[in-house]
Amino acid sequence: MNVRLYLWQRTTAAVMAPLVIVHIAVIFYATRHGVSAADILARTRGSIAWAAFYGLFVFAVSIHASIGLRNILSEWTPLPERRVDACVVFFGLVLALLGLRAVAAVVLP
Amino acid sequence: MIGRAVKHRDSALWIAAMVHRISGLALAIFLPLHFLTLGLAIEGEARLESFLRWSDQPVVKAAEIGLVFLFTVHLLGGLRILLIENFDWRDDQKQLATLAAALSAIIAFAFLVRVF
Amino acid sequence: MNTELSVSLWRGAQNGRYETYRVPQRPSQTVLDVVTYVQRHIDPTLSYRFACRVGVCGSCAMTVNGKPRWTCRTHVAKVAGGGKLQIGPLANLPVIKDLATDMQPFFEKWRQARGVFAPTKTRHDAIAQIKPDTPVRKTADAAIECINCGVCYAACDTVRWNAEYLGPAALTRAWTLVNDERDGGNIARLQAIAGAGGCHACHSHQSCQELCPQALNPTAAIAGLKRRTAAAYLKGEITV
Repeated sequence: MNVRLYLWQRTTAAVMAPLVIVHIAVIFYATRHGVSAADILARTRGSIAWAAFYGLFVFAVSIHASIGLRNILSEWTPLPERRVDACVVFFGLVLALLGLRAVAAVVLP
Repeated sequence: MIGRAVKHRDSALWIAAMVHRISGLALAIFLPLHFLTLGLAIEGEARLESFLRWSDQPVVKAAEIGLVFLFTVHLLGGLRILLIENFDWRDDQKQLATLAAALSAIIAFAFLVRVF
Repeated sequence: MNTELSVSLWRGAQNGRYETYRVPQRPSQTVLDVVTYVQRHIDPTLSYRFACRVGVCGSCAMTVNGKPRWTCRTHVAKVAGGGKLQIGPLANLPVIKDLATDMQPFFEKWRQARGVFAPTKTRHDAIAQIKPDTPVRKTADAAIECINCGVCYAACDTVRWNAEYLGPAALTRAWTLVNDERDGGNIARLQAIAGAGGCHACHSHQSCQELCPQALNPTAAIAGLKRRTAAAYLKGEITV
């Protein structure tokens, strides 16, 4: 961990705090009558607002989770630093790609 | 290596830090699966719907309740860190940490009632 | 009161073992009294450190029933549940012998954190007028009474998991200097604690703050350093 990673970690955390609260609220709202695909997609399809919301969420979590994992791997495993960095960068990219794909899946008409 | 039981780890704040880390790890493992599931919508609504019906099983619902708990507790644990690092020191942190754990449990329980 | 304590003491170096001794229990006995009894009456080959015996020097810190503490200020009656005590050397430091650790790495990190005053005046200048009640002086004073006993360093899990981590004591000293109006070395100091092993490695477990015998708060000091290094980095005063 250093000052640069720290700033990215804490900033994405602060950005995500309200997003998480909204997401939990959405989960509760969505499960009011049992959850169905039609229900979810009716809300998200064609919505720029949801695209922006979840797009931002995906971007932030890809960075945040990677740095968090970096701490765990460097403190709790014997892996050398270069290997740790490679793993978490890979993880972050996978998360971002899968995440944006998921956003596209539910938002594109 | 010297085998010594280290007892100071019974502090509420140490436990809070550990719960924060473990919940983050669990969420990091879950997240790709979550994204893959939502991505099923690319194949059409029916595909996502059939997955959601599969996830109606009680054991999956139980796992979802666990996830809601982890998600909430990780958020509150993160707020603990942001408060310590950016605001004045508070002496009531242990009580707040316990409150945070209780709040997460309540929210997870509310979700349980919702889905069962 | 039990008449005898069963006391396990660490013997040997890094690869040693606990050995058990029977020590008479006395009123107002401290853990240091117990260790001293063993060395004087049972086994003169036991190695341990102490100096003042009255809680001002920090030399006698050891791991007592799993927690790092000053043994001269730890009453046996308070910690020996069921008449049992386990005493080992401080954690996170190389063991020289028995209960004595090598403090060199601790002080090495003190230097790496630039915990040394960088003067801006000479003896020919007027003495700096520092008011004791300014916010920065109060902040420095709240953190300054560290006597380098090593308890916080031994308690810290991040020190245990991260060999580069400078540790709570070194960073707390850096914090006092960052808040010292007379000091001229802050850019270099913030640079020194902004990299790997610096203040950002702290996860706020707060074992240091809970166990510091001087009631210091390294967690708060490190939080302050995180803010200062972040500001310096964003202004381009330090790099990573």
